[in-house]
Amino acid sequence: MRNWVIGIAAPVLLLVAWWFLSANSTDPFFPPLETIIVRFRELWLFEHFQSDVLLSLGNLFLGFAIAAIAGIALGFATALVAPVRWMMDPLIHFLRGIPPVALVPIFISLIGFGTQMRVTSIALAALFPTMIATVDGIRSVSSDLMDVAKVYRLTRKERVLDVLLPAATPQIFSGLQVSLQVAFIVMIASEMLGSSQGIGAMTLLAQQSFMTADMWAGILLLGVIGFLVNILFSLLRRKVLSWYIGSRRLARAS
Amino acid sequence: MSNSLSTRNRKSTMAQQPKTRLSASTPRLDVAHLAKTYGSGGKARTVIEDLTFTVDAGEVVCIVGPSGVGKTTLLKCLAGLQPATSGRAAIDGRTISGPPPEMALVFQDYNRSLMPWLTVRKNLVLPLRHLKLSAAELRERCDGALAAVGLSHADNQYPWQLSGGMQQRVAIARALAYRPEILIMDEPFASVDAQTRFDLEDLCLKIRRDFNMTILVVTHDIDEAVYLADRVVVLGSRPARVLKVVDVDLPGPRDQITTRSLPEFARQRTEVLSLIKRPA
Ligand SMILES: Nc1ncnc2c1ncn2[C@@H]1O[C@H](COP(=O)(O)OP(=O)(O)O)[C@@H](O)[C@H]1O
Ligand SMILES: [Mg+2]
Repeated sequence: MRNWVIGIAAPVLLLVAWWFLSANSTDPFFPPLETIIVRFRELWLFEHFQSDVLLSLGNLFLGFAIAAIAGIALGFATALVAPVRWMMDPLIHFLRGIPPVALVPIFISLIGFGTQMRVTSIALAALFPTMIATVDGIRSVSSDLMDVAKVYRLTRKERVLDVLLPAATPQIFSGLQVSLQVAFIVMIASEMLGSSQGIGAMTLLAQQSFMTADMWAGILLLGVIGFLVNILFSLLRRKVLSWYIGSRRLARAS
Repeated sequence: MSNSLSTRNRKSTMAQQPKTRLSASTPRLDVAHLAKTYGSGGKARTVIEDLTFTVDAGEVVCIVGPSGVGKTTLLKCLAGLQPATSGRAAIDGRTISGPPPEMALVFQDYNRSLMPWLTVRKNLVLPLRHLKLSAAELRERCDGALAAVGLSHADNQYPWQLSGGMQQRVAIARALAYRPEILIMDEPFASVDAQTRFDLEDLCLKIRRDFNMTILVVTHDIDEAVYLADRVVVLGSRPARVLKVVDVDLPGPRDQITTRSLPEFARQRTEVLSLIKRPA
């Protein structure tokens, strides 16, 4: 509960401080927050809501959803199917040592024009963290649990869907969290490069045309979206992994 | 010994049994010259060298032996989780090559053998799903098994919310709901308090009576082995071999207080103890 209070209070305090510190600013690069918020309302809540905000969010969620599903599926195939493992293992070894964000330039260079290419690059970049986490998750499922599944003669489908998948879910969610961050970064980057639509494109355009209030409004919006998306993700995790969170809390308490 | 064996399973395997043997004398479980070596080459490690013993239908047999002698390994071979290196283990004359359908195993590590993401009841249901039972039978089996271990009230809790003894009882209930003909338990009562332990031992004897199961229990507690068993298989030395099979003849239905105070009980446990204590 206290975490929640701090989580909400900290950004609010920051905004309040920003408001007062910038109130009488004449620096063209740091306009008063009031001006920024006026522009924020004009730009994002009305004029560009559908054309840009929804477009960006749509790309983000579509790209992330594809990455999540494909990453989990590929992770299962890699962990369970020998030929796939032979193919993927070198790639996984290569990727494991690199922070996921460092791969972003590769995918940005792949970005072409059009929504499809943008969604593709978001999905591709975000796929690997989830895939690697899924492989690790499945490999670390205890052999005792698999012995139970064998003794009670669970079918192959049951072993995959009712034992391996839930047992690997805590690690899969760690992977999904990283994938979400990567997807968000690639979404913004994909719009700043070679696009005239989306929040990223609008923000960069504002900067290039010296409309600093508009630029700050764009950055503010990205911050708010990142914040809300993370809260949504935590809620989902809390729901799906309530057994894991509960058992960990109990183990720590004892 | 107790020959009130279930005939329903016998019929299907009758044809495979050696003709020279009477079916009534074919042991339910037959372990013959079983050997198990983990790994190969330089890292090979022989855990079991040559084990031979049998378990008759409806019997309770206990296996005792020092820690690390290979008791769990033996059970894994019997449950078809590990292939024997040589020799064989058979059920009703059929060599075990994979988990047999008539067998359930209660693992030594209860806290690693229950699914933490499933409630107690769902843990019981998971092994039953592929049996395609009716909803009514499914409920009846789970209710019955939970009642037998005294956990009817806990069916909506998660295993990690329960004490160690309760978790072990969930693992036993899961085996009971599966209705195996042969129940194998690996040090099932090792980590529960004394009171629960007595209750679980009596539960074990009650299961045998009520469900007519054949039960094989590994334990390192000699008193427990003598109290539970019709026969005690004493394992010793490494690699493991059978030191002796002790027939336990205790009168009447067993009872924690009267049975354990019989002179007969003391004599039997001394016999087993001296086998184990003897330098190899
Ligand atoms: N999967 C395995 N691979 C290699 N060695 C094993 C394996 N499982 C058990 N062992 C070894 O076999 C020996 C007997 O183990 P175990 O059967 O668990 O003994 P017990 O149950 O009697 O305590 C131990 O020394 C253990 O280290
Ligand atoms: Mg053991």
